[in-house]
Amino acid sequence: MTGAGFDARAVRADVPILAEADAAGRPLAYLDSAATSQKPAAVLAAMDAYYREANANVHRGVYALAAEATERFEAGRASVARLVGSRPEATVFAKNASEAVNVVAYAWGLRNLRAGDVVVVTEMEHHSNIVPWQIVAGLTGARVEFVPVVDDGVLDLAVLERLLATEPVRMVGVVHVSNVLGTINPVAAITRMARDAGALSLVDASQSVPHMPVVFDDVGADFMVFTGHKMLGPTGIGVLAARRDALDAMEPFLGGGEMIRDVRTDGSTWADIPHRFEAGTPPIAEAVGIGAAAEYLMALGMENVRAHETALTGRVLDVLGAVEGIAVYGPRDVARRGSPVSFSLPDIHPHDLAQLVDRDGVCVRAGHHCAKPLMRSLGVPATTRASAYVYTTPDDVDRLGAAIASARAFMGVA
Amino acid sequence: MMPGIEDLYQEIILTHYKAPKHRGTLADPTVSVTQNNPMCGDEIRVDVRLEDGRIADLAHSGQGCSISQSAASMMSEQMVGRTPGEALESIEAFRRVMHGDPAPDDVELGDAEALSGVARFPARVKCALLAWMALKDALQSVDDPKEATGGRSD
Repeated sequence: MTGAGFDARAVRADVPILAEADAAGRPLAYLDSAATSQKPAAVLAAMDAYYREANANVHRGVYALAAEATERFEAGRASVARLVGSRPEATVFAKNASEAVNVVAYAWGLRNLRAGDVVVVTEMEHHSNIVPWQIVAGLTGARVEFVPVVDDGVLDLAVLERLLATEPVRMVGVVHVSNVLGTINPVAAITRMARDAGALSLVDASQSVPHMPVVFDDVGADFMVFTGHKMLGPTGIGVLAARRDALDAMEPFLGGGEMIRDVRTDGSTWADIPHRFEAGTPPIAEAVGIGAAAEYLMALGMENVRAHETALTGRVLDVLGAVEGIAVYGPRDVARRGSPVSFSLPDIHPHDLAQLVDRDGVCVRAGHHCAKPLMRSLGVPATTRASAYVYTTPDDVDRLGAAIASARAFMGVA
Repeated sequence: MMPGIEDLYQEIILTHYKAPKHRGTLADPTVSVTQNNPMCGDEIRVDVRLEDGRIADLAHSGQGCSISQSAASMMSEQMVGRTPGEALESIEAFRRVMHGDPAPDDVELGDAEALSGVARFPARVKCALLAWMALKDALQSVDDPKEATGGRSD
């Protein structure tokens, strides 16, 4: 049921937080990987080894230790670039995906958007790809327009087409895989539409890069963002992968150390990319960690990861589909969706459900998932969400089903 | 030791959740306040009618989990008939209980005392406080004549 050579149990054994809970006889059915992933020992060990063996500030240091730190830091960047097929010099580290979007919104948007210009995003964006654009639109007089979500949770591309044809659209922001609906959006087609209309594009790949093969050139965006902590890596590091010339044309976002070529009392000049966008001492151990995570994923094989998750997501849909009265959001066809599955029970609030299944060691998320425009479009204040990853087993999914049954019994609705 | 689920979901809480008291809206509220819980997106509206310096009637509407809905029901039941000053005193006592302090002896919280277990589930404290903070907001806005005219919602 999983990809050739892929063994979720072996991955689980690599992840201390899960392996130790298993060993203690209180196994975790951790189904909240869309919020953050658990970390394999290899990632933790690489970060620990950096501090124990190679800690120094990166770049410019002439002694061997500083050279070693720089080498490990840049090796992290190279691994991340290899995972997504981006050019290392056009692969910028930020503190998370939100900050990576802000780099583009401020460094590009603030300087290029004019009053009346339009930024198009979609109703299924995470707040991280909405709010920075709203802020910059407020400062420039540009407008933010939304592509609606229709049918079983897909984008109404006719609206995008109309906006591109009739409005001065300068930027199209779209999420690759919805963190709520699981929908896989046709990003290659969307970025082509944007380019044909003379607009730039930014793809939020936070929920795709960790889970499926993603090749920067195939996505076709000018900018693509994702985050370390959802892909087996640490918190505190995110990635902006960009088209080299688009990035090179941009002025800095944050100013400070590291990002300059020269600083004089009458003005400063900027370092080359990517360092121009990495002001201050960077998150060095985190870069080492995200690099180790990228290597771990590549060793598993992203095709295998995708096959494993497709099978598990099918099981999630089956288990949830068997619950009386449940509403499950997003595409039914597992080929058209990633692993996040959101659902509502008619008579148990998401908060209560998440609290009650926690009794059985089942971790699911309840809330608006930082996607309030989408929640309004679905007509619910909140949903419960289960999301699988490389260490998720069929047993975890079955335990979710059993825990929901027991929660319903507890609330007297079974 | 992890708190048990029984500390959170006591029988009386589920009873209020399934058959909430004072659920709905008032036709002629003196003041009406809407509050939301940014964490979960839940929203509650509290309508208050004041007569002769007392809370003559109170209603709550909106969406929420068992904790926020039962807390609204328990609060409404307790507060009808009280002066705004007495009500604000109870609200403050309840807020302190939600943050783990013991209930003061001289303040009657009624069924809401069953919510004391929520203090051990930090993620749910906001749920329990939602309606109570809405009422506090409503009563304080009536105290301020500029705010009281025509009610308000925020």
